[in-house]
Amino acid sequence: MIEIRNLHAEIDGKKIINGLSLTVNDGEVAAIMGPNGSGKSTLSYVISGREGYDVTGGEVLLNGENILEMNAAERAAKGVFLAFQYPLEIPGVTTMTFLKACLNAQRKSRGEAELSTPDFMKRVKAGAEKLGVPQDMLRRALNVGFSGGEKKRMEVLQMSLLEPTFAILDETDSGLDIDALRIVSEGVNALRDPKRSFLVITHYQRLLDYIVPDTVHVMSKGQIVKTGSKELALELEANGYRDYVGEAA
Amino acid sequence: MPGDVKTAQSAAEEKLVAEFARARASLPGTEPVGALRDAAFATFKSAGLPTRRVEAWHYTDLRIAMRDALPLASAPKPDAALKQKLEKLAPRIADLATARLVLVDGYFIAELSDAMPKGVSVSALSDALAKGDATIVEALSAPGMGQGDAALALNTAFMQGGVVIDVASGKQVAQPIEIVAVSSESSHAIYARSLLRVGAGAHLTLIERDVSAAAQAEQRNNALVVMVADEGQVEHVFVPAVLNSASTHVASLLAVLGAKASFNSFTLAQGGGLLRRQIHMRFDGEHAKGQLAGASVLRQKDHADTTLVVQHVAAHCQSREYFKTVLDGEATGVYQGKVIVAPGAQKTDGAMKSHAILLSDNATMNNKPELEIFADDVVCGHGATVAQLDEDQVFYAMARGLPKPVAESMLLEAFVDEATDRVESEPVRVYLTSLIGQWLSQRGRA
Ligand SMILES: Nc1ncnc2c1ncn2[C@@H]1O[C@H](COP(=O)(O)OP(=O)(O)O)[C@@H](O)[C@H]1O
Ligand SMILES: [Mg+2]
Repeated sequence: MIEIRNLHAEIDGKKIINGLSLTVNDGEVAAIMGPNGSGKSTLSYVISGREGYDVTGGEVLLNGENILEMNAAERAAKGVFLAFQYPLEIPGVTTMTFLKACLNAQRKSRGEAELSTPDFMKRVKAGAEKLGVPQDMLRRALNVGFSGGEKKRMEVLQMSLLEPTFAILDETDSGLDIDALRIVSEGVNALRDPKRSFLVITHYQRLLDYIVPDTVHVMSKGQIVKTGSKELALELEANGYRDYVGEAA
Repeated sequence: MPGDVKTAQSAAEEKLVAEFARARASLPGTEPVGALRDAAFATFKSAGLPTRRVEAWHYTDLRIAMRDALPLASAPKPDAALKQKLEKLAPRIADLATARLVLVDGYFIAELSDAMPKGVSVSALSDALAKGDATIVEALSAPGMGQGDAALALNTAFMQGGVVIDVASGKQVAQPIEIVAVSSESSHAIYARSLLRVGAGAHLTLIERDVSAAAQAEQRNNALVVMVADEGQVEHVFVPAVLNSASTHVASLLAVLGAKASFNSFTLAQGGGLLRRQIHMRFDGEHAKGQLAGASVLRQKDHADTTLVVQHVAAHCQSREYFKTVLDGEATGVYQGKVIVAPGAQKTDGAMKSHAILLSDNATMNNKPELEIFADDVVCGHGATVAQLDEDQVFYAMARGLPKPVAESMLLEAFVDEATDRVESEPVRVYLTSLIGQWLSQRGRA
């Protein structure tokens, strides 16, 4: 469970998150919708521990523990996962090597034994197959030369291997065609679990047909301005954000 | 202006003059060699130690770095302990059974060296010079390359150690030759010059590994001349020693390629005082391929200068230069690459790249790629970048659970790997990567 209480964050003196409060319970899938520039990606970065943001107020509790003092790697080991809106390319590091290093770093940090190579391979191969990720992609440098859709699938594959307790998906639907969207959504849905919570950031209602949320939040100017059930997404699709963001969006 | 264009001799220059006068008669070689030494020393004397006013030394001031000139190393007395020490200082490269040639303070020590594979013959430089074989003397002097360079001239004037290696025509030698150059414990200057002549159609891999047993400063000024005859192939890897921080090391490589020859040379600089890696490569025959690659990993006040002059004389040749530099602390990196395409060298294909990553605000990289093209039908390009580690990539890896130092090391290793990947031999690549890994693992611990 993640509890964000009255969070304020800025970058280079520019206030982007302005007193945001939000709770996602265990087993819950919460969606955040909002116009471009409302601070959705910034929120995901602040929660996952990217450097360069000044948190000027509030707290973020993961299962009761304030994670704001931890660095990104420590938060990841505690179970925070961010599927990036724009996954980075890592030249010279094969996908397999990267995944293994990350998984074992997290295990080590939690005091668990490292996975042996055969065990690891078994898990990756099974995960890749489910997401339609071809084996040869795992031997290529991570995300280098991957299409937009391949990168997003790779994000979901990483999520399935790392088994987070709280996952943020930042516009995972952007750049996906309908088939890819279905595969990625199935991948996410397969991970839904009573002990795992999700924050699904999206611009379009379309994704929420596939990943059906328990709650929908509307974000504007760094705040949650409206919370509702999944029907709220349909209403937003029909009427736009203008009822919630003050001026026309 | 009064005639003081040249500053007064520095203390080191004065000592070098005295040292040459003292040692001249006892340096190896017959009279043609003596004449070569005198001419070279005259070149040095009129130019002085290189300073930043010399264009090719614009970023490296050897005159300032060499406050003093250390005495010439004398011939060592090899003992049993030395052999053991050597195995410790330069452990064998895993999965690579090389035939070793051992130089102690520049002097070739046959007793410490391995037997050479068939087709390879070796003699000590001093023996070759004493015989005075005109072709060897001429080859050693590498006419037309590095002329006028005062540091190379000093090596010519003082050369006392080194080896002459000949590979018979047509011999494709599978076992790599490894020159292990170790310095003994005292503080001194080493001037070695070696010659590798690879006959027509012959193949050889040569690894040069320098190590040091000295805690004090040393001054090394070594040169290797490589002549690859038509259709010969040479793989070459050079790993200079990590010397005491007050040391200077000038390492010159002069390579001449015949028609359809191939030469692939890699240098791994790991810091330790001042290193000047200067390479001249000349294409004398058509359809030859030459690649100069390298990686430098530098920290503290390390200074590593890579200066290349590639001369395309013959047509239809291909040259590649590819260097990666990682700088931390207050280190300084220099890359100067000059590719000259002579009027007749049509269809030259040249590509030069130098990329650097700065890990500290106090580190400096000087990148200067240059093309001088006098032929009209060529394809030549170059690129040079200086950047920092990509923060977004570091965050991405951290968000997946990699602690920051691990994330950074992974990215840096991948960056440097693009250079080491150009080394043909897998065991050598693994060896180089392990040295780079050691360097990375020491980051932030010092
Ligand atoms: N690194 C940054 N420096 C300055 N402003 C930024 C930075 N990152 C984002 N912003 C600004 O913060 C606001 C919110 O951006 P973002 O979080 O990307 O919004 P969203 O994901 O909702 O589209 C925008 O006005 C954007 O221009
Ligand atoms: Mg965004």
